Amino acid sequence: MAIELNFTIEGGDFSNAGKASSKIKKVLKQLNIEAKIIKKIVVAVYEAEVNVAAHAYSGNVKALVGENDVVVMVSDSGPGIENVELAMKEGYSTASKEVREMGFGAGMGLANIKRNTDELKIETKVGEGTTVTFSLNYS
Amino acid sequence: MKVSDLVEKYGLKVFSGKEGLGKTIEGGYVSDLLSDVMGNAAENEVWITLQTHQNVMAIASLKDLAAVILVKGLEPDEDTLEHSREEEIPLLGTAMGTFEMAGKLYADLNPGSQS
Ligand SMILES: Nc1ncnc2c1ncn2[C@@H]1O[C@H](COP(=O)(O)OP(=O)(O)O)[C@@H](O)[C@H]1O
Ligand SMILES: [Mg+2]
Repeated sequence: MAIELNFTIEGGDFSNAGKASSKIKKVLKQLNIEAKIIKKIVVAVYEAEVNVAAHAYSGNVKALVGENDVVVMVSDSGPGIENVELAMKEGYSTASKEVREMGFGAGMGLANIKRNTDELKIETKVGEGTTVTFSLNYS
Repeated sequence: MKVSDLVEKYGLKVFSGKEGLGKTIEGGYVSDLLSDVMGNAAENEVWITLQTHQNVMAIASLKDLAAVILVKGLEPDEDTLEHSREEEIPLLGTAMGTFEMAGKLYADLNPGSQS
């Protein structure tokens, strides 16, 4: 049986970015999931949260903590991604100047997600929104 | 070397999170790009940065960092302080610039490296 965790994120609200990853980290710790797994999933969830805050209007995070893996879905309503392949490239970013000055917008977020998960799927529709789904197996 | 040893040796200002001063430092990381720190910093490292907003502490907590040092006399935002207190991760400050602070920490953690 999987444990389900849900969070909402508002576009532009960086002060709450990190809430979902922090809570997910705590729950995984309580469940005695391997530290190595926790470290990786936390990076991925944080980057996905920040992407909603930086690039979308609003969104939500759903994490399914199962017996063999953790699956995370981050959906937003927002501008969508025109060219996913380009967006995946390290260093590519459309973040605003303000966002960059805060140290976000290095164009490393999606690459960080990819590097720290076993599977990554990006579904997006320009003008509607994006759903980023990723998973990590425990063993 | 403990965080408290570093504070004492270089007269660092302890803004908040003094509960964490007993942590042992295992390394350092220098970056002002948050995704870079997220992707590459390791547990129990000290992060040296000029970013002062509260996402710095969110990252420090998610990555289990030993402490954060703000350089060049920069002051943290109020919610950064709060987050540091909640997480009990020391938020430190120095008048030094990043180069100087990082150099000192590096030498302390790698004795014999300058010979
Ligand atoms: N949820 C999203 N909605 C719209 N665009 C996105 C989203 N996530 C990523 N992008 C696009 O992909 C680019 C690269 O994302 P990322 O690698 O996280 O870097 P960064 O967020 O630092 O720009 C972003 O600059 C943006 O153009
Ligand atoms: Mg990003």
